[in-house]
Amino acid sequence: MAYKLEEKLSKVLYIDLTEQKYEITDRPDLFDKYLGGAGVAAKLLEEECPKGMDPLGPDNPIILAVGPLTTLYPCMSKTVAMFKSPLTGNLGESHTGGRSALAIRLAGYGAIVIKGAADKPIYLSIFNDKVEFKDASVLWGMRTTYSVGRVLREVEPGSGRRTIMRIGLAGERLVRFSNVAVETFRHFGRQGLGAVMGSKRLKALVIGGTGEIAIAKLKDYIKAYKELYDLVTKTPAMMKYRDYGTAVNVLALNTIGALPTRNLQATKFEYAENICGEKLAETLLSRRLACSHCPIGCIHIAEVKVKFAPFHAYETLLVPYDYEPIYAMGSMLGIGDAIGMLRLLERAEALGLDAMSAGVAMAWATEAFERGIITANETNGLTLRWGDVDTYIKFLDNLVEMVNDFYRALAMGTEHAASVYGGLDFALTFGGNEMPGYHVGPTTIVGFIVGARHSHLDNAGYSVDEKALKKPMNLEERVDRIVAEEQWRCVLSSLVACFFARGVYTPDKVVKLLEIHGYSVTEDDLKKLGKEIHLMKYRFKLREGFSLERIRIPKRVFETPTPHGTLKEEDLRWMIRRFYEKAGILELATSS
Amino acid sequence: MSAVPKRLAAVYMERCIGCYSCMLACSRYRMRSLSLEKSAIQIRTAGGIERGFIAVVCRACADPPCAKVCEPKALKPRKGGGVIFNPKLCTGCGKCVEACIIGAVVWDEERRMPIICTHCGLCVDFCPHGILRLEPVEKEVIW
Repeated sequence: MAYKLEEKLSKVLYIDLTEQKYEITDRPDLFDKYLGGAGVAAKLLEEECPKGMDPLGPDNPIILAVGPLTTLYPCMSKTVAMFKSPLTGNLGESHTGGRSALAIRLAGYGAIVIKGAADKPIYLSIFNDKVEFKDASVLWGMRTTYSVGRVLREVEPGSGRRTIMRIGLAGERLVRFSNVAVETFRHFGRQGLGAVMGSKRLKALVIGGTGEIAIAKLKDYIKAYKELYDLVTKTPAMMKYRDYGTAVNVLALNTIGALPTRNLQATKFEYAENICGEKLAETLLSRRLACSHCPIGCIHIAEVKVKFAPFHAYETLLVPYDYEPIYAMGSMLGIGDAIGMLRLLERAEALGLDAMSAGVAMAWATEAFERGIITANETNGLTLRWGDVDTYIKFLDNLVEMVNDFYRALAMGTEHAASVYGGLDFALTFGGNEMPGYHVGPTTIVGFIVGARHSHLDNAGYSVDEKALKKPMNLEERVDRIVAEEQWRCVLSSLVACFFARGVYTPDKVVKLLEIHGYSVTEDDLKKLGKEIHLMKYRFKLREGFSLERIRIPKRVFETPTPHGTLKEEDLRWMIRRFYEKAGILELATSS
Repeated sequence: MSAVPKRLAAVYMERCIGCYSCMLACSRYRMRSLSLEKSAIQIRTAGGIERGFIAVVCRACADPPCAKVCEPKALKPRKGGGVIFNPKLCTGCGKCVEACIIGAVVWDEERRMPIICTHCGLCVDFCPHGILRLEPVEKEVIW
């Protein structure tokens, strides 16, 4: 039976794992003011996460939020998660696609807040207005995230309507950069949401529903939908994601000398052609998949046939790939064969590790090993060498098993391990988060540093540097652009749009669409809201001890040249200050 | 009236990316709704996303079992296959749902009547990979 839902979001589902209770509360105040997604999640984080909260303590909230355009339009397909990050000890924010957004919305919720901790492993089954707390003993300790998904698919209702979010061994064992696998091939990747779930003994969430959203202005909606669908599918704006996918960046960045290689000791990788998107598309790509309600289908799945014994005994792995995992499990580790890179990536996936952080952590360890900072005593007998896939696979197993103090330290994050063992100068983290795969210029690095979640997706500084290679742009203009970009992305992630569709969902279009669905806002209102959400995130960061003065920039960044030349620390510091000034963060820091 | 009747066909399901645009189009245009429940075409995974997708939709039977069990004659065979539904005659008995062994008769709990594919082809316009097609039915079915 279709479950009747209002056009406007307002329901928040509060779940208490300790008491095994839940409550559905009407919060139109939140959604009227902050739309949804990142805006609503940031507000809920402020409400639910008291100052100084232990990220792995029971009361660290997990907040999931969708937005007013979720399920209504193509590519409005993302869910925002907010929590206090056990990796950075500060604002945790991660986005995922899959079926998550549609499932949450059709179950009737704008946001879900999960607090408390169970004393034994459980999973949550959320279907429409019903929440069940179920025993997950049998799922705990399972070797792969795939098996967990397979079991839940069979025992839970709502096939084709639900999202299945689960953690792997890494999350259970509280690896600070463990992820949450969503529909097998998507993730809440960054910032360690997996460990937060693990600390609550929450193995998985199954969310689904049979919602029917009442649309008041149906005619206008149908017309606007058609226009958006045509834009998304028929204009070149999104072809890149459909064709080679983000993996097309490998060669593009390598050509300009911006592809981080061997722990950023270089920015050109001699084997880039072996692991680039073009090569993968021609050889190993087996199919593309889509997030629910996205006609693009950017999820690229490679089929990797591996011989595991004589007499032609093969196993076949299905591995999703994108640019970032290729960089982290490829060039950053000196791995130049596609099958090896994908085998390692598959292992990270199965264990439930964020591939980006895991790759950067291993890159740091390899350099530290070469320099004698760590030895076989630390690595538990492994000899770390660039490009050695089989050793890296064993390394990941050791890491998740935490076989000794060294792996235990590295499981706390690269920055933590480097502060214990040495080698901070080449520990490539920003705000405690392992670096994304770009070394394009000053704005790239500044973007990682000032971004609210230290992600390349916060403000896309790398993209500004790329543009500046074609048309010179002074540092001031570059900073101003990333301020505007980060603020606007706070709006997009409140709707919640996939950032890949940012070229389609321009401010004027967003205003029109919101108007159809009962929100009366101007472009100016949206811009102000973006700024406000951005500041709300920073208010949390400052409260939790993020210091604008004590910002660590790994020395390696200044040693390895970018396409814009060798970076100067004084330039970067100037740009950081300007960003904080321009975005109103400096004022916020002085007033608080 | 000499136009060749057409039927909807999900021709290349191996190519489906699972975007659900077709379901939402059916729901939007036909049912004036926004819901996955109210769609005559249903997309599901073939056992997890790893295994790809299947489409459950009326295949335009020449001698439709759903019509055969419909006592009030609310479902009548359509030229080109499938059925034409007259909601005024429907008693809500639900026998049509059971008669369709591929599960292509979707039940609308609210109105207590079936959601029947009319082979209108609106979903075809929203299939980004050209998997769904509206095919002319020219040949007689050979038994």
